Amino acid sequence: MLRSRWWSWGFRSAVMLYFVLLIVFPILGIYGQSFSDGWASFVDNLTEPLAWKAVMLTVKLAIIATIVNMAIGTMAGWVLTRYRFPGRKLLNSMVDLPFALPTAVVGLMILLLLGPRSAVGQWADSLGFTILFHEPAIVVAMVFVTFPFVIRAVQPLLEEIDASEEEAAYTMGATKAKTFFRIILPNMLPGILSGAMLAFSRALAEFGAVVLVAGNIPGRTQVASVYIFGQIESDHPAAAAAVSVLLLTFSFLILWLVNYVQTRRTAR
Amino acid sequence: MTMRRLWIGLTFVLFGLLLGVPVVRIAIGAFDGGVQGFIDGVGRPEALHALMMTGIIVVIVTAVNTVFGVMLALYLVRANWLGPQLKRLLNSVVDLPFAVSPIIGGLMIVLLLGPDAALGALLNKAGIDIVYALPGMVIATLFVTFPLIIREVMPVLQEIGASQEEAAHMLGAYPWTTFWRVTWPSIRWSVVYGVVLTVARTLGEFGAVLVVSGNILFKTQTATTLVYQDVENFNVTAANSVALVLAACSVGLLLFMEWVKSRKES
Repeated sequence: MLRSRWWSWGFRSAVMLYFVLLIVFPILGIYGQSFSDGWASFVDNLTEPLAWKAVMLTVKLAIIATIVNMAIGTMAGWVLTRYRFPGRKLLNSMVDLPFALPTAVVGLMILLLLGPRSAVGQWADSLGFTILFHEPAIVVAMVFVTFPFVIRAVQPLLEEIDASEEEAAYTMGATKAKTFFRIILPNMLPGILSGAMLAFSRALAEFGAVVLVAGNIPGRTQVASVYIFGQIESDHPAAAAAVSVLLLTFSFLILWLVNYVQTRRTAR
Repeated sequence: MTMRRLWIGLTFVLFGLLLGVPVVRIAIGAFDGGVQGFIDGVGRPEALHALMMTGIIVVIVTAVNTVFGVMLALYLVRANWLGPQLKRLLNSVVDLPFAVSPIIGGLMIVLLLGPDAALGALLNKAGIDIVYALPGMVIATLFVTFPLIIREVMPVLQEIGASQEEAAHMLGAYPWTTFWRVTWPSIRWSVVYGVVLTVARTLGEFGAVLVVSGNILFKTQTATTLVYQDVENFNVTAANSVALVLAACSVGLLLFMEWVKSRKES
């Protein structure tokens, strides 16, 4: 009995130690590192024009990608749950593809499809603008890698909507559009929003898909994660850590908000 | 009725353009130089070495994460020795790696264990290289994939409740027997699902590994960082062949995941 207690005590400490060393320690470490030279140098690293431009560009493009995803995700989630048609199961399992594919492979795909020698690239060229190595390509990469979030958040909500509310609206003479906007959309909204927030935080953080298709010109087409990578490569860990801390704090807030919304929903 | 047709048609177009065409394009691109071009691209010594590195990391990371993930999930749901407050705190900490950009995950490891850090210098003196070597790459991938298995297993443990385990315990079963005979059969498919997710994520991990490994040819280069390097060197056909191997693995894992999902639900 005593021996088994020793064993279980050993297991507990090992697992908890692993948890703290692997997850908690590195996160505290990066916050510590970025403030190690004092508050002033942290602010300096952040207000460096190239850093600031990279962060603003990332936020702007991530917002665009999130809005696109809210629209197409809501539509796809709706079609995949509400309609029965041949190929539905196939499409439904394809949704997870962006999560399964390596991000570097995603970057390469977009490079091939939108590059100057591809059909789309030439067509855009004839209209006088370029996609690859410019903002549109970054948005496409962000939309691709965050595609599943909104769909997967909306689907369970659509499945549990009470059909009687919808039928009541119809019997009282509401049109299809009116029923959708007054009954169905409000029910879907928590899913759309939490999916959108997760997609936004993922888009902010994306590196692999973006680094291959963005031009990475500092101040113009360089996003925050690529800026951090550049600072690490050129041996400026303090600058990299400062921008990282800004992005991390942002993502943690979003994660906390999503959890808060979800626990409130389930508590209701 | 026509609205319905329109929406279904639009969804097909969306999936085809966004998901279908890119995958097909990679497959065509890999055979730009014919079958021989594909074989040359994958059969290069550096490609074989990179694929081997990826394989080693997948095996280590999956094994470690499965053991620790299942145990931590058990503790976070069942343990009475953790107070409810502490449990809630740890529970939210589990998700943090999802919010961390892979690049930042890699940076954390470099900052803590790199040659400039105190701990890294100490280990370096003892002859152990962490950063720019396999251990660092494994640690970075462990960090990134940490929540996957825990998040799959915890809801199932909460759902089945502790009563059967308590009954087994009351009847005098050892904790180990209780786990294998009572808990494991009900969490089995969730663990398998979490493992598949972990394998997929590890195969494709790029940012964290790129920062930690230094992408050294024939030493720390993995399949994804090789694809990146090939593209940077304008060697697109070779990049395509390695990418096709990776994409085929992902699609295979996705199909397997669908099968596991159907088993899990039944």
